[in-house]
Amino acid sequence: MSTTTNNTGNENAMATATGKLSTYLEAYGELIAERQERDPVWLRQLREDAWQRFYAEGFPTTHDEDWRFTNLAALARTPFQRAVRGSVAVSAEEIEKFRVLGTGCRLVFVNGHFAPELSEVSSLPDTLEICSLERAIAQGMEGGALEGCAPEGIEQHLGRYADVDRDVFAALNSALWEDGAYLRIHRGAVVEQPIHLLYVSAGAGAAIMTHPRTLIVAEPTSHAAVIEDYVSIGDETAFSNAVTELVAGQDAVVSHFLVERENLAAFNVSTLRLELARGADVSSHSILLGGGLVRNNVHPVLAGEGAECLINGLFVGAGRQHLDNYMLVEHAQPQCSSRQFYNGILDDHARGVFHGRIVVHKDAQKTDAKQTNRNLLLSDNARIDTKPQLEIYADDVKCTHGATIGQIEEEQLFYLRSRGIEETSARNLLLYAFAAECLDRMPDSPAREFVAELIRERLTDLARNHQPAASAAPVEEQAQNWEEVG
Amino acid sequence: MALLEIEDLHASVEGHEILKGLNLTVNAGEVHSIMGPNGSGKSTLAAVLARRETYEVTRGRVLFDGKDLLEMKPEDAACEGVFLAFQYPVEIPGIGNAYFLRSAMNAIRKYRGLDELDAMDFLPLYKERLKLLEMDEKLMNRSVNEGFSGGEKKRNEILQMAVLQPKLAILDETDSGLDIDALRIVAQGVNAMRSPDRAFLVITHYQRLLDYITPDFVHVLVDGKIVRSGGPELALELEDKGYGTTEADVPQALPA
Repeated sequence: MSTTTNNTGNENAMATATGKLSTYLEAYGELIAERQERDPVWLRQLREDAWQRFYAEGFPTTHDEDWRFTNLAALARTPFQRAVRGSVAVSAEEIEKFRVLGTGCRLVFVNGHFAPELSEVSSLPDTLEICSLERAIAQGMEGGALEGCAPEGIEQHLGRYADVDRDVFAALNSALWEDGAYLRIHRGAVVEQPIHLLYVSAGAGAAIMTHPRTLIVAEPTSHAAVIEDYVSIGDETAFSNAVTELVAGQDAVVSHFLVERENLAAFNVSTLRLELARGADVSSHSILLGGGLVRNNVHPVLAGEGAECLINGLFVGAGRQHLDNYMLVEHAQPQCSSRQFYNGILDDHARGVFHGRIVVHKDAQKTDAKQTNRNLLLSDNARIDTKPQLEIYADDVKCTHGATIGQIEEEQLFYLRSRGIEETSARNLLLYAFAAECLDRMPDSPAREFVAELIRERLTDLARNHQPAASAAPVEEQAQNWEEVG
Repeated sequence: MALLEIEDLHASVEGHEILKGLNLTVNAGEVHSIMGPNGSGKSTLAAVLARRETYEVTRGRVLFDGKDLLEMKPEDAACEGVFLAFQYPVEIPGIGNAYFLRSAMNAIRKYRGLDELDAMDFLPLYKERLKLLEMDEKLMNRSVNEGFSGGEKKRNEILQMAVLQPKLAILDETDSGLDIDALRIVAQGVNAMRSPDRAFLVITHYQRLLDYITPDFVHVLVDGKIVRSGGPELALELEDKGYGTTEADVPQALPA
């Protein structure tokens, strides 16, 4: 429950983890051989540079400041395999339960491979291009184009934003990605319905790894919402290491939703790199409900004057889930504003991490950056590590940050019960109210309805499974607040 | 049969005995006022009756409508018909007033084997009661008590009471902190609910509220016991002379 105590995990195991890269080396060798003909030169170069970077670094340990609270030993020692295309058959019926009502189109990827038979991309406006990234590039190589999807612009953007030098997972993805979604929203286009990207991990008898790669180009003044959704079929372990580059042109308005609802054996590392041009307005909503070990990186660069970025998140963990939220918000130009709001709910032995780093570069005068992390711990064994980090190189900026850690307030619980609401329901209502702060920051849309329903289900489970504390002593609020203006 | 029968009630909080043998009988249709100095146990009595778990009953018996109230959880007591208007109503960000109250009403209806009300059935009832308490309809969708003034919070308590229609309403210092207009509105809400099937326990520090809600009985609580009972005239006497004069059984003088 401390915000500063270091992790005492299995660091010796970690130290040898870098020696365990052989499965990755093998996978890279195979992939390069297969793609010799298919990948254009620029892409082969991206892969090679990224691979060298990953292979030199290996997985980070908890000595690395950016990974201080998350021990990757279990991930590093699992020999994950590449998934062979089509090795697992997933039926339309199995996918049906993941449908998001009110979405306009859906791309489905099974174990990292595009599944056209499960995808729905008919009757799209011609101002929206959406297809498999791999196919778009392959078509470009052959000099043709897929119907409704032109490969122009991919080379210009792909791999230009994700920081392979700083982040070895981004490097690993850049080396090993096989497919993912490519989206281009044309200048001025307003795409009314959210776009659903469904990434399915389906048990294949071995521990599978996938490296989904998504590129979203929102041209100037376009509007769109994208849901990136990670799910499991079955309860086998899998490792998803996703990278999404989202480029928002001048005055574009884009909402991105990341939903992690995989099984409890899943490892999920995802990186969302946002590039904001002048006046762009981008919101990122990270909803972490599932997964065993989850790390979500959100890295916006406000690269044009007057850009605005909302980084909104909710993480709900129980059992032994570990949910790590890492943000790096870079203000590179003047008059930009960023807002980070993350709410966490942790029960049992679950652990959460909120690491919010804000960097204000020297030209970014009149920056307005705010960061808030609020946490509810429902058990004595749950733990949150929350760490704000400000680096300010400009002199006329406003930055604030604050974090709180508390429990369900007994006063509120009693108030609800005194009106006839039974204890489990009262607890559930209070949890939902806390989580709803995150929903209130989303525009009213089918995407919000979808997320709200997932959260409701998750919290109902949590309230139902909650083990009352052994002692009947009233819980006291433990809060830690800090606010700095620099 | 009395609606509420309290016999020799002893209660402690964190090891300190606050109620020290309290006896009280309340019949349906009656309004009882409990007065007394700070720290005499008035709010403890209210909390015990609402089944707050931080208060431990060490001795005695409380029957509500013939059932053992001390065996009930707070939600069961509420469903049986006990309502506490809080002295300090709690703010609950994120839960709307209307949603909260409908949830409460449906929980009670379910307990009594009645069908739940949907929003369409509930809203007219809610709006009508809002009018009675002269409250703004906009409050409906705001979070429970969040950002409410002291007066609005107290009115919201009475509003909830007016919707939930309890058999026994306990008003814990509902008048404290109210200006005269708010006091009048609150009293009006209470008076509108007086009925032969319902009883009120009005806990107050001051006579002022009793100018608007005329009690049938006034009891003086000092050091965890009722030391004197009488009619409405007793409240006036207390206002005049303070609690000191009524403490015949209590040697030390307590501050008024």
